[in-house]
Amino acid sequence: MTDRVEKLRDLDVFIYHGKVDIPDTYSAGTVGSRFLIEIRDNKRIMGTRCPACKRVYVPARSVCKDCFGRMDEWVEVGDKGTLLTYTVVHVPTSVQLKEPPVAYGIVQLDGADTGLVHLLGEVDPDQLQVGMKMQAVFAEERVGSILDIKYFKPAA
Amino acid sequence: MAQRVGIVAVAQTKYHPNRADANEGELAYEAIRQVLQETGLGFSDDGDGISSAVTCSQDFWDGRTISNLNVMSYVGAHLSHEDKVAEDGVNAVYTAMAQVLSGKHDIVLTVAHMKESQGDKSIIENAAFDPIFLRVLGLDFLTAAALQAQRYMHRYGITAEQCAKVAVKNRGNAKRNPYAQEPMDITVEDVLKSKMLASPIRQLDAKPVSDGACAMILASEEKAKKLTAKPVWILGVSNCYETHYLGDRDLADCNALVKAARKAYGMAGVSDPLKELDLAEVSEEYSYQELLWMEGLGLCGRGEGGKLIDSGVTQMGGQLPVNPSGGMLAGNPNGVAGMARVAECVLQLRNEAGDRQVPGARLALAHGVTGICGQLQAVMILGTS
Repeated sequence: MTDRVEKLRDLDVFIYHGKVDIPDTYSAGTVGSRFLIEIRDNKRIMGTRCPACKRVYVPARSVCKDCFGRMDEWVEVGDKGTLLTYTVVHVPTSVQLKEPPVAYGIVQLDGADTGLVHLLGEVDPDQLQVGMKMQAVFAEERVGSILDIKYFKPAA
Repeated sequence: MAQRVGIVAVAQTKYHPNRADANEGELAYEAIRQVLQETGLGFSDDGDGISSAVTCSQDFWDGRTISNLNVMSYVGAHLSHEDKVAEDGVNAVYTAMAQVLSGKHDIVLTVAHMKESQGDKSIIENAAFDPIFLRVLGLDFLTAAALQAQRYMHRYGITAEQCAKVAVKNRGNAKRNPYAQEPMDITVEDVLKSKMLASPIRQLDAKPVSDGACAMILASEEKAKKLTAKPVWILGVSNCYETHYLGDRDLADCNALVKAARKAYGMAGVSDPLKELDLAEVSEEYSYQELLWMEGLGLCGRGEGGKLIDSGVTQMGGQLPVNPSGGMLAGNPNGVAGMARVAECVLQLRNEAGDRQVPGARLALAHGVTGICGQLQAVMILGTS
């Protein structure tokens, strides 16, 4: 796995350059998969409702973190919602999906009690404000990923 | 607690942006050697030596799936006992304390080590997110912290100037700490003019990349009194988790810290922390966090972190100096920061903190944090009696 060795100029020390490259698979589980399939097939964003505290979780999941009961009731939430917070990343990183500036936000969709973390697009970063209405933009080609929602843009 | 557990010796390396000259074990040994020399202790199972080691490190940061691999022979773990805590350093001290309280070990060494310089920060942090709903978005801890900072500042009207004051205070305090990496004479304007990383967080609002290690020795009450004339007692400790998914909580809150603090105060018999504590060392990777953590620790009301820094209460010479050492903003690796906070409290309580000494300190709070937006919070109360 070591692919390069560097001799530091001013130190009598060798620096080994390595890379851990391990292919992984992750199950989204039954509930997480249905959430992704609804977006892929129907452009519908679904949550699950806790029978005890009545909160609607998006992304959908199977257990309420507070009540610890199973959540079997599926609820469709809107593709529009409120921006709870945002950031514009100005520095390049190794994991960004595009060149900076990259905008991220947390959007509480209408009918949901939690926020959805996602990219923001089609917006001048200076126009972003907590509380503004946002709308999901779906990808043309959808594959069962959270990126089947391309990003959220300011609602018309 | 059935009996008290004392910290009998602490040591830190000087924190540095890139210790290319040392591997993880050698770096850890710099701190370990000091506590061994100070106490005269060796490794043995006969009750008179160190019989267990608790190391603290994180696999991804050290670029291998066994981050303590290079450290084993430096902590006396050859043909002996070692446990690794892969979270914050306060939790490593907590684990070492639990080993003493179990009755199985009388004297335990704990060491936290990390070389942040060896990894790509954003790739490592990105891998810490849920792979399906968060990792694919290209998030890292800076991005997540920026979402928290924006939410917190919006909800309570905290200003960029108030956050900048934390950076000015802590990097200024660091001038009196010989272990600090980035002592600086800066102004609020300098912070506000520094490069924007992820709005609202600027370069000087963030901690630098850092390498370093911290070690300490814990002992049962009986042994601690024999090993040093100035034992420092762990009077209270607790930790608490938040849920992982960032949209599940209001990021302007830090309920895990509220709960961890309440339990640690209860255990230590602290009812009015602002009045009773002599100092606090908190882990602030970003400037806004010190303000938010003050609220979580009950040192001011909710939303009053900004007012608290304005009041001067947390400055050196104030009612409750916070981060006399300079904190994380002055440079600590993530996995070492919490233990460094405990070590700094111990130095203060032993009246050995040099130019950064808080006069007459008898009760101190150390805080550690790991994960995204303060997901795992740990609080430890330390005292001289």
